Amino acid sequence: MLVQQISVFLENKSGRLAEVTRTLASNNIDICALSIADTTDFGILRLIVNKPQDAEKALSDNGFTVSCTDVIAIAVEDKPGGLAFVLEILQDNAISIEYMYAFVGKTGNEAFVILRVENPEDALRTLTNCDIKIIPSEKIYCNVK
Amino acid sequence: MSFWNEKYECMSRDEMRKVQSERLIKTVNRVYNNVPTYRKKMDEKGILPGDIKSVDDLKHLPFTYKQDLRDTYPFGLFAVPMSEIVRIHASSGTTGKKTVVGYTKEDLEVWSEVIARTFTGAGLTKESFLQVSYGYGLFTGGLGAHYGGEKVGATVIPTSSGNTKLQLSLMQDFGTTHIACTPSYALYLAEEMEELGIKRSDLKLQAGIFGAEPWSESMRKEIEDRLKIKAIDIYGLSEVIGPGVACECEYQNGMHIPEDHFIPEIIDPDTEEVLPEGSKGEIVFTTVTKEGLPLIRYRTKDLSSLNYERCECGRTEVRMSKVTGRTDDMLIIRGVNVFPSQVESVLLSIGETAPHYMLVVDRKDNLDTLEIQVELSTAMFSDEVKKLEDIERKITKEVQSTLGISAKVRLVEPKSIQRSEGKAKRVIDKRVL
Repeated sequence: MLVQQISVFLENKSGRLAEVTRTLASNNIDICALSIADTTDFGILRLIVNKPQDAEKALSDNGFTVSCTDVIAIAVEDKPGGLAFVLEILQDNAISIEYMYAFVGKTGNEAFVILRVENPEDALRTLTNCDIKIIPSEKIYCNVK
Repeated sequence: MSFWNEKYECMSRDEMRKVQSERLIKTVNRVYNNVPTYRKKMDEKGILPGDIKSVDDLKHLPFTYKQDLRDTYPFGLFAVPMSEIVRIHASSGTTGKKTVVGYTKEDLEVWSEVIARTFTGAGLTKESFLQVSYGYGLFTGGLGAHYGGEKVGATVIPTSSGNTKLQLSLMQDFGTTHIACTPSYALYLAEEMEELGIKRSDLKLQAGIFGAEPWSESMRKEIEDRLKIKAIDIYGLSEVIGPGVACECEYQNGMHIPEDHFIPEIIDPDTEEVLPEGSKGEIVFTTVTKEGLPLIRYRTKDLSSLNYERCECGRTEVRMSKVTGRTDDMLIIRGVNVFPSQVESVLLSIGETAPHYMLVVDRKDNLDTLEIQVELSTAMFSDEVKKLEDIERKITKEVQSTLGISAKVRLVEPKSIQRSEGKAKRVIDKRVL
């Protein structure tokens, strides 16, 4: 059920992000979602792609520092309070979020949220028990299709 | 023109050689008999003290290296029992062990004497007020200048470093006429004066004696223009004695060396041959009056040249040119000696192998800055910002505690630091000297 996220270390200098996307494109890899955490000197690009293993290899072959992490993808209702409902459950179960980002799926009535927590397996169990809709990796990776 | 010790400062070259020869013979005997390291070095070269008959034989003696001081840390090269040692200083160099130096009462006397000569040459008299803004402590700058100033009979104000506002107000209240500090601190003082609205007419400053870091003629001009003083260059290293190994007179044309105490040579650092007068090479010192830590042909790794012409001031002492560089990769950053290898050992502590790194040194607002660029490896990488920032913080903290200076740490992408085919290039020095 866990989704593989590719993280890339990027120095804050022009052209680096373009280089990543070019590398993915030339390896025929689709980006489903992305987020960038930035500081003054560097950024961390987080990517959900359709072929995570291929992406990791292609990027590291091109000299990027890459890592692969397990994250959770959930679907929340695309309406006011949709996200708040999920976050309350996490709070009640003392699951803290390292970071998260959201993107909109093709179907339109649900928003997808990527969660990075310390212990994803535990969080997954809790969320499932609370009837939160977990998006399996296959579906996320195919979302672009 | 006034001299502190005219007899020695204006001695004919022949007389000087005689004094040096006598003293060298004594020193060689002393180290051979009292310091195992020297005895071993001389035995290995097959030289006995009796083979040294004059300064001409200096070239036959073995060299002494900083490593010899480290290998015998802390007191192994001392030539007198510890009961005779009345003072200890230590240099900041922490590539390995600190370099420890010890002084007998007589050594402190010699030190004060050589600084009194240089200060007198720079215009200091009994009427002067000397503010010593070098750090006091294990570093030789503060106490060295202090004792020299007192020897001349000037009124010494031991402010030590830092606390610039107080320094400036004392300067006004006490009527400081001379200041001893690093050249970059002199410029910082000038800036603070402008900031605080202190007018030059509020100060009685006449001259400054500046050392402990490399500086250029353009920096001299800037200091002189902004502070309206004469900026005098002083050179020294704790192994030889501290500040006062050489210093300019008011003609500012090369630094006079009190040769009756320290005999300089210029050698080719690779072939180790002594080079003819005027050549540029590594300056090597032999101390001929020190008791506690006499040094034979000490390799300074500083590049300079010697000029034996009589100076306009009347002194016959040899003059050394401004140090133009180093034979090794040592950097002097805000007065602190820094070797790239020190940074490397800090980086080793964060992983199994030290990542590629580059030191970028610059000078902003007249203060040296150090940026350490570290190539992030896959093993160090995390998708969480705080973990990467933890790495930066850890390196910053370790560098601060190991080197004693603050540095900015910047993580960079792998392979982004230029590789060189020969010796790794670890330093980009952007300072315009």
